[in-house]
This record gives sequence, structure tokens and C-alpha cells, in this order.
Amino acid sequence: MQIWPVIFALVLLSLVGFAVGQWRATVVLSRNEYLHSRPGHHGWYTALITFLPALVILIAVSFYLPHTIDAATLENLPHNEQPVDALSRQVALNEIQSLSQHSGILPSSPAMAEAAKNYEVRLRQATLWLAISVLGTAIIGLVVSSSQITTQFKARSIVEAIFMGGLSLSSVIAILITVGIVLSLLFESIRFFEKVPLLNFLGTSWSTQMAIRSDQVGSVGSFGALPLIYGTAFISLIAMLVAVPIGLMSAIYLTQYASLKMRRILKPVLEILAGVPTVVYGVFAVITIAPAIRAWGQSMGIDATSDSALAAGLVMGVMIIPFMSSMSDDALTAVPQSMRDGSLALGATPSETIRKVLLPAALPGIAGSFLLAISRAIGETMIVVMAAGQAANLTINPFKSVTTVTVQIVAALTGGDETFDSPRTLVAFALGLLLFIITLLLNIIALRVVKKYREAYD
Amino acid sequence: MNKQDVSAVKMTALNCNVYYNEKQAIKDVTIDIRADEVTAFIGPSGCGKSTFLRCLNRMNDTIAGCRVTGDIKLDGEDIYGKAMDVVQLRARVGMVFQKPNPFPKSIYENIAYGPRIHGLISNKTGLDEVVKNSLQKAGLWEEVKDRLNESGTALSGGQQQRLCIARAIAVNPEVILMDEPCSALDPIATAKIEELIEELRGRYAIVIVTHNMQQAARVSQKTAFFHLGSMVEYGATTDIFTNPRKERTKDYITGRYG
Repeated sequence: MQIWPVIFALVLLSLVGFAVGQWRATVVLSRNEYLHSRPGHHGWYTALITFLPALVILIAVSFYLPHTIDAATLENLPHNEQPVDALSRQVALNEIQSLSQHSGILPSSPAMAEAAKNYEVRLRQATLWLAISVLGTAIIGLVVSSSQITTQFKARSIVEAIFMGGLSLSSVIAILITVGIVLSLLFESIRFFEKVPLLNFLGTSWSTQMAIRSDQVGSVGSFGALPLIYGTAFISLIAMLVAVPIGLMSAIYLTQYASLKMRRILKPVLEILAGVPTVVYGVFAVITIAPAIRAWGQSMGIDATSDSALAAGLVMGVMIIPFMSSMSDDALTAVPQSMRDGSLALGATPSETIRKVLLPAALPGIAGSFLLAISRAIGETMIVVMAAGQAANLTINPFKSVTTVTVQIVAALTGGDETFDSPRTLVAFALGLLLFIITLLLNIIALRVVKKYREAYD
Repeated sequence: MNKQDVSAVKMTALNCNVYYNEKQAIKDVTIDIRADEVTAFIGPSGCGKSTFLRCLNRMNDTIAGCRVTGDIKLDGEDIYGKAMDVVQLRARVGMVFQKPNPFPKSIYENIAYGPRIHGLISNKTGLDEVVKNSLQKAGLWEEVKDRLNESGTALSGGQQQRLCIARAIAVNPEVILMDEPCSALDPIATAKIEELIEELRGRYAIVIVTHNMQQAARVSQKTAFFHLGSMVEYGATTDIFTNPRKERTKDYITGRYG
């Protein structure tokens, strides 16, 4: 269906509507009477009344028409060529559509060639109907709305109400999509737990290899998620050990010691770190850090694997530094200058002032940035997929490979040609839900802390 | 100079100039500040009186682009000289700010902060004593003695300002600089601070910057009038207010501008 010319014409009509509305309002205004709304509002009003109802019709018709055309076309096929199931129906439709586009294929039967011609005619008619109904509505809207213009017509209130409606619709859409994602996670997780008991999921053994035939040993894989949670926590811990001191100290340097010029250079450079795609960090971890750590570990007599918690954790820590530093920076900057002056005026050194006045005062904000950085670390995927490994080890040796929740979600969905109803695939949703709950809790705590901190100074 | 001598000059400034980057904020100010008196700096907004005050304990060091020339001496020692440590200087020359700025810590910790960092007192009883003494001197003890562990920021504005004065007193300074200490307070709290200044006079050299001419007349013995970065006139407060020598001073105190 040729829909673009219709849309183009509709937009054009709306622009005309704007011009007409504004012009008419100007004419009314020139009578030197008080006008409730400015000519621009009348323009917007006319344009919106031209555009919106027609848009609704356009959307409704363009969803509805293709189905009726398809159904009508197939109905006209001779009885012996009627499709018997959904698949053959689709095959027949595809052939008819290809034939109608004259793409050079030969019809499989004379009836098909007939149907294709039929289809073409219907399509042309439908497009015509679409154009007439949409543009007709638009023109009616234009005429009606432009005739409404009087000095007292409340075009401004209506236009503002429509825009407010549009804004709240956008936020509702964002919320609905989030709710939809959570619900789909929840339902798929329920399907998973129908097949695998919750106790299995909370176990310590992660081995999703399942027997193909049910009479074989170990027909149900073990889906103990604890090693994954442990791995996630372990790598996040290493990352935080890197990110917190470096991020915090660089924030202290940038806010308290660096000259304005230094700060102008260093802050953007640090923020560039936040803009590096995580896959680049992953490559860096695999190509550079992991082999270096392995060589170093082996030279010290430690049994190190090529994938290691340490490599993934260190690189992830580097990735998190800018979050930690820029949020701590904000928290420290938010401490009023008068606190700093008060301390310095008592003869405290800058470092005493930082340790005893500024850091305690900024502590809630710093704690908030810490929690947000952790939830970022927990949800991080690319670096761990590339550098942490697949083995679900419960080990405290950072030179060993561990695996994380996110890594196993990726593995579950990309691992093989499993169908979507096998526990091996469905476990991804259960893990996703788990991850979602953990990061949600952390974010709630973080936001609470940050909010409390906002109330501290006013 | 003898510290015990009540008529001693505590601080002197000689041909002091202050620049913010290229802009000159203070022009050639020369003044003696006596240990036994309250000295008031008055003048219209932006005349440089606060800027000059902040030179006296080098708080201007914290402002980027600020440069001070000339001599400022504390007991004959050049405070911008190499031998002077800014941390020690500020312990000797305390400061109270325009807006009360207690730390978000308990009342007790607010007072104990200074003595602790300077290592003046190490044991708990000694510290308790200093806290009590300082709060008594600042006239706040009776109001807060039962709630020393409450946050300093929970006090009223006037109480917060007296807490800040007590905090300054706790490090045992020789000079206390007050930068419009009452401008954020109501008349009753202002009256209390003024009484307090009167009580502290003699124990500390006090320099107060104020917008309020009546306040300067009430609390000070010496007054310096600043205008456009220069010190126009300096003398006994009674002379400045009853018999000013300069036309500009007269115009200002009679309310013709400012």
C-alpha cells in the first residue's frame, strides 16, 4: 500500500492549517479587540485538529486494510486451491504478492495469476480509500477548526491541554514498556520454575547439560545459581576495590586541590572513560590484561587460568572509575563553601578540612555513588563475557575463572539450537529476574541515601 | 611590643593593596588594630571592607586570582612572610562569617573541632572543660548544656552564630574577625551578639565588618570608613559619627548614599 504520499499530504495539510489558523486569527486581531489566544495558538490549534483525527484514522485503517485485502483475495481462489493451514496460507499470500509486484516469477497456476491481478486492483482501491478517508478527515478538521476562530475562542487552553496530554502519554508509554518487560520476565521465570524446582535454582551446582532422553542419568540439569551470584559479587568486589579509591581520590583532587585550569582539562578526560564502549574494555581485558595477569600469576607459582576474575574485575573497575569520581565530585561540590571556610578559618589544614568536614558532610552522596557504581558492576555484561570465563567456580582465588549471572544469561540464549521452552533457555529469564531484583534493591537504597543527603543542606 | 600591654597595637597594615586578577579591590590601606578595642569597618556594599578583613587571616588565599601586596603584621610579624604558617596564623586570628556555618556535627564536636586539630587538649575531661568554657564565653552554655550531642545545624540562626563564635574562641585566638555577623539574624539575636562582643572586648582584639552604622556606633571604639576600595577615614568611633573630617564619610553616615 502506498502510504507515504498520504502521510506527506497530511503533513502538508496540517502546515496549511497552521498558516490558515494564524492568518485568520491575525485578521480577527486587527479588529482591535481583545483576543483570548495569540495567533500562534490558533495556528497550532488548526494544525492539530487537522492532523490528529486524521492520524488516528490513518493508523486504524492501515492496520485493518491489509487483513481484509488478504482475506478477500484468498476467498476468491477456487475451492481446490484454498489454503488448508496457516503455513500454506502464508505461502499462497507470498506468491500472490510477488506476482502482483511483477517481480518476474511465474504463477504456479492460472488461478494464482488471476488472484494476483485481483489483489493489485483491491490494493489500489484500498489506497484510494485510505487517502480519501484520511485527507477527508483532515480537510473537515481544517475547515471546522478554522471557522471556530473568534476573539474569545480558547485555542491556547486547548493546544496546551493537547500538548500536556502528549507529554503524559509519553511518560505512560515508558512506564508501560518497563512494566511489560518485568511481567514478561516474571512469566517466563514462572515457566522455568514449573520445570526446575526453586531449591535446585538456589543450589551450588551449575551444570546445565541435560540428557537428551529422559531415561538417561541426570535428566534434569542442575541450575544452582549461587556460583553465578558469587562470581558476580566477587568480580564486583574487585572492581569496586579499583574504582572506589581511585574515583574518590580523583574527585577529592579535582574538587579541592586542582587549579581551575587543571580541572577543566582533567574532568572531561575522565569522563571520556565513561564513553568508551564496554566491548572495547572487554577486548582490552582479553587481549592485554588477562594474558599479563596469567603470566604474572604463573611467574609467582600461582596456577592462573587465561580467563580470570582478576582480569575482568580490574578492567571493570577502570570502567566504573568515572561514575564513582563524577558522582563523588558532585557530592563534594555540593558541600557549601562556608563549611570549608569555617574549617580553614579555625586553622585546619586543607587535608584536615577534607577528612573531618567535607568527607563526612558528603558521605551520604558518596555512599549513593558507591551503590550506583555497584549496580552498574553487577549488571555489566560485555567485559565479563569476554574475560571472566564460563566455569561456575566457587573460589576465592582471583586468578581462577569464575562466571557471572550476566555471562550465563548470554550463554543460555546464544548457546545452541535449543527451543524456547527448555529449562536451559528459560533459565535466562529466571537469572534476569534475579539480577533485576538485586539491582532494583540497590538502586532503591541508593536513591534513598541520595535523597536523605539532599535534605541535609538547604 | 609587649603582649600584656592593653594599649598595644595587635595588627598593622601598611600600604595594603588587593587585586582580584587585574582588578584592584583594595587601594593602599594603612591601619592599626588595637588589642583592647573593637574596630568596625563600615562602608557601602562592594567597598572592599570584607575583602580587607579576609586579608587579616589570609582567607583570601583560598580565592583563585587574589593577590595581596603591602605589609600586614600580627605582633610585628609579617603574616604574608615566609616564616608565617597560614595554619598557625588562622589559629591566632579566628573568623566568624556572615552566614552562620556550623559543621553538620554535634554542638560538642563543633567546639571540640579546633582544639582537637591543634592538639591543644588530648584528654576527655580537658576537652569537656574547653567546650563548656567556650560556650559560656559565647553566652550559649545555659541554652545548650543539656543537648550537646544534638546537631549544631538544629539550633536557631542566632544560636548558630554564637556557636560559631564559641568555636572560634575554643582555639584561643588573639584576634577575632567578624564579617557582618548579624546580617542574617533577627533584632533579638543581633542584640545578643552585640552584648557578647562587648563582653569579649579586651580579651580578644575584635574587628567587625558591618552594614549597620548603628551597630558600629554601639559596639566599636574605632571605626574605619571604606569607599571604593580605599579607607577614607579612620578614627575613634565617636569622632567618625559625630564629627567626621571627610565629606564622603559625612555623606555616608548621614545616609546620603550607600
